[in-house]
Amino acid sequence: MDYKRVTLLCGHYGSGKTNVAVNMALDLKKRYDSVAVADLDIVNPYFRTKDSAKDFEENGIRLIVSEYANSNLDIPALPQDMYAITDDKSLHVIIDVGGDDRGALALGRIAPALIEENDYEMLLVVNKFRPLTPDAASTIEVMREIEAAGGIRFTGIANNSNLGDETTADDVLASLQYADEVSELSGLPVVMTTVKEDLYNELSGKIENLFPMKLQARPID
Amino acid sequence: MADKVLMKGNEAIAEAAIIAGCRHYFGYPITPQTEVAAYMAKKMPKIGGVFLQAESEIAAINMVYGVSSAGKRVMTSSSSPGISLKGEGLSYLAGSDLPALVVNVQRGGPGLGGIQPSQSDYFQATRGGGHGDYHMIVLAPASVQEMAELTVKGFELADKYRMTSMILADGTMGQMMEPVSLDFDVAPAPEKPWATTGTKMQREHNIVNSLSLVPEELEQLNFERYKRYKIVEENETRYEEYMVDDADIVIAAFGIAARVSKNAVNEARAQGIKAGLIRPITLWPFPKAPFKKAATHAKAMISVELSMGQMIEDVQLATECRVPVTLCNRAGGMIPSPEQVLEAIKEADKNGGAK
Repeated sequence: MDYKRVTLLCGHYGSGKTNVAVNMALDLKKRYDSVAVADLDIVNPYFRTKDSAKDFEENGIRLIVSEYANSNLDIPALPQDMYAITDDKSLHVIIDVGGDDRGALALGRIAPALIEENDYEMLLVVNKFRPLTPDAASTIEVMREIEAAGGIRFTGIANNSNLGDETTADDVLASLQYADEVSELSGLPVVMTTVKEDLYNELSGKIENLFPMKLQARPID
Repeated sequence: MADKVLMKGNEAIAEAAIIAGCRHYFGYPITPQTEVAAYMAKKMPKIGGVFLQAESEIAAINMVYGVSSAGKRVMTSSSSPGISLKGEGLSYLAGSDLPALVVNVQRGGPGLGGIQPSQSDYFQATRGGGHGDYHMIVLAPASVQEMAELTVKGFELADKYRMTSMILADGTMGQMMEPVSLDFDVAPAPEKPWATTGTKMQREHNIVNSLSLVPEELEQLNFERYKRYKIVEENETRYEEYMVDDADIVIAAFGIAARVSKNAVNEARAQGIKAGLIRPITLWPFPKAPFKKAATHAKAMISVELSMGQMIEDVQLATECRVPVTLCNRAGGMIPSPEQVLEAIKEADKNGGAK
């Protein structure tokens, strides 16, 4: 996909924003020297981009994250260097925003500058298989709440519909209609459909803007 | 197969509770179980249920006491430090023979500890937690699917035996996402002639109380309660066996530790070591029989735990110390790796049971 200078990833709680952010940053690094991931998640201290800190360091990706993340003071704090997102125009940034409207509140501080610069893409990360957003109407409801809280409008949709490791090609294909309905109701384009790496070849050519993803490894499977 | 959804373990507990007919939830936020409360806050108002964020864990468990007294399915959830606060209420529920579902998504301790997964509340859950002679039915899920299924089962068992059912999960189970099918049968709640629902001037008053100042009577209540516990031990013990029949080395593990251990058993088998796994699903009542049986052919057992070694005592008791039982563990929020468990299996196999 073509990247703007800043890509914001927002969506329903548990829609997979952090996983998409990690994969996008690695993709972005292939095209630009100066790449950063900004973790503005003030909602959930459990899954964080900081868990991938080693991956980012090895790949020369800057991580903008609260210095208190994963520490004894893991309070809802924003990173002290978050203004680099808007001030350093040489930087290409992926912003991982917290879930729902509560998470999007964190955008208030930088939204005006992003809108003024007008070189951003704000993607609604959606997963049809999450229980509270099973259809377009409920997804649009979450979308409007996020826009109201964040003070900034979405520009596109990232269809991240999946059932984790068990996702099949049919599951991904079955999600296309849902993504199209979200697109129609919101008037926004579906800019990408994510798929775990091992399904990429099977689905390549059948879906526009297919984006291969590495899932985070777990010791229990 | 029914349609699946991708859920966090905590969300699965909340949705399953609603399916089981629970319309009353009282709680207080604490990582890593907050999604249970968040989900209830979103859903309960839409279906005519009650979500109430109490002023404290102590208040929440006493609200559970009140609703249960009125005969309704009711639950609360928390994580380790919050469960300690509920300890008094758990004892009062037991002393009043009230059914309830209590969820503990454990985190590392003691004290405030951390927010990462742990199993170090095993003693607290299986030995009491509150004061006095009592038991809870303790259920240990090992997948998001089981988080949902055991929640439904927990309500059923609680009503059937007038006991508290506790879901003893851990931070990983609460936070991880897996596909879940929510299509299961729920037994309707039984009649509760003891509930305080108003006499309508047509029956004697029902009294729900744990106070009994006449020692002969209080003793009798304890005797009768333990007769009921005996029936639970006989009828409700649950476990899963994996390659145990011919195993030389038998692992005991529940929840997330069992998931890790299964990988290690597979790898050990691939390397020619006859390893097996017994996964208790009920921690109380503890599945003594499969361990006793396995002790007739196993040369050693390993208890794999996210604690400093708690369930290991039940394994030793169940096997009457006929085989050596070693501990393979991590603590403080860390999880044993399959490699660590495999090393423990190799070590036990090499020592041949001679410690």
